[in-house]
Amino acid sequence: MPILKTENLSITFGGLKAVSDFSVEIEKNRIYGLIGPNGAGKTTVFNMLTGVYKPTAGRFYLDGEDLTGKSPIYINRKGVARTFQNIRLFGKMTVLENVLVGLHAMNKCDPFSSILRLPRYWRTERELKNKAHALLDVFGLDGEAEHISSNLPYGKQRKLEIARALATNPKLLLLDEPAAGMNPHETGELMETIRLIRDGFDMTILLIEHDLKLVSGICEEVTVLNFGTTLAQGKVEDVLRDPAVVTAYLGE
Amino acid sequence: MEFLSSIINGLSLGAMYAMIALGYTMVYGIAKMLNFAHGDVITLGAYTVVIVSSTVLVPAINLPVWAGFIAAVLVCAAVGVLVEFVAYKPLRRASSLAVLITAIGVSYFLQNFFQIVFGTSTKNFPRVPLFNETWMIGSLPLNSGSFFTLIFSVLIMIALTFFVKKTQTGRAMLAVSEDRSAAQLMGVNVNRTISVTFAIGSALAAVAGFCYGYTYTGIVPTTGAMPGIKAFVAAVLGGIGSIPGAFVGGLALGIVEYLSQIYISTQWSNVIVFGILIVVLLVKPTGLLGKKRSEKV
Repeated sequence: MPILKTENLSITFGGLKAVSDFSVEIEKNRIYGLIGPNGAGKTTVFNMLTGVYKPTAGRFYLDGEDLTGKSPIYINRKGVARTFQNIRLFGKMTVLENVLVGLHAMNKCDPFSSILRLPRYWRTERELKNKAHALLDVFGLDGEAEHISSNLPYGKQRKLEIARALATNPKLLLLDEPAAGMNPHETGELMETIRLIRDGFDMTILLIEHDLKLVSGICEEVTVLNFGTTLAQGKVEDVLRDPAVVTAYLGE
Repeated sequence: MEFLSSIINGLSLGAMYAMIALGYTMVYGIAKMLNFAHGDVITLGAYTVVIVSSTVLVPAINLPVWAGFIAAVLVCAAVGVLVEFVAYKPLRRASSLAVLITAIGVSYFLQNFFQIVFGTSTKNFPRVPLFNETWMIGSLPLNSGSFFTLIFSVLIMIALTFFVKKTQTGRAMLAVSEDRSAAQLMGVNVNRTISVTFAIGSALAAVAGFCYGYTYTGIVPTTGAMPGIKAFVAAVLGGIGSIPGAFVGGLALGIVEYLSQIYISTQWSNVIVFGILIVVLLVKPTGLLGKKRSEKV
């Protein structure tokens, strides 16, 4: 059974069909690419899959469960986490605190027991911090755990966003242009990191990317969107050679 | 000597403003709204103590004043959450102006509700043992109530800082205040976080109501309105949205108000207090410790 299955997922804003009939099936442990020119509706797909937008038609299933139209919190708890095109860390909080917020759903200590049942509070707090440090360690960020997150260099902020998303314990990780603004060296590192996440966290990854080198380097399959419709779909090497795709990217 | 005792009295007045301003600033930071009904929660807290711990309103109940204090904290927290649920939550996506007007409406509703239920006459706050004494520190007379108000506010500030920085709920509050939708996508329950914020803010208002009660003794339906507005000035002065800012702003405003009462004139003190609001908004709208962010009221 695929981890993510969408059936004719569509959304219209006023008269504009932003995305129509988006259908994919993504198997477990795949790295799947979603590409297309600017304004093709890629981020809109992410917004539907995370509950930010309610699709006007179609359905999507995570691990067989229909999550169409559910709230962002519900969808996140069921196992979809994401990063953002323009980084949206909690900039005034420390690196560690950002990850701790991601671990929020695992917190079984309500505010009143944090006040009244101190031993349990300290134990939970310690466990959460250990988890957060371990996660930061994977991304080589543990040395900066107490830094304010907005002071991190750009590439590390991207990594921290991924770490924060992973903290919510997802089954499916959505990465929105993870290589945006990175130099070739950083992009190379990022590809390693993404593979590492897939293998180390037993993760399925759907990513939006403009950098076709990154896409052909790590994605097994891709879908190409153009003006909200699916232009091509399949194995990455076939799709990138498709004349229709080349036209959409480079013009006639 | 007189100056020193004025400073202490000013600090104590400021401590009361600080407790109220903390509620204002937390609600603003997290729910992104100005809860102008916050002052009336102070009144509710004071009336609750009068009901529970004196024979003035309900002769059948006459428990020790500490029971009244605890009841006030619980009642205010519950009413704060209820008001948010009934009046503000449906407006989560409405314009901030709509929410602001609703808050003013809730304020009038509460004041008139108090008037109908408790009457317009002044109700006497029960005497609190230990709180109405005059202590001599050297040759300096110190009102014990002022001292306790200060202690309360410092304890509250420490507890609140700990809560926000060191608990998951507190961190969720910070996250929601920075980026509500990103927090939601990380699994933070925004509605619950806002409810907790209202509960805490209203509980602090109850403590302030208690302090107001033993300091000024007479409670009327509009008791909390003026301290509420002044605490709003304090929150703006310190930088609205900032917790340490509300504390510092409250203390500063209390000192300014008290000193201007003593050294300038009682009639001018309010002019000076609200003059500060105008000057801050003109010169440094982000306040003393405010975050750099341009947010509309």
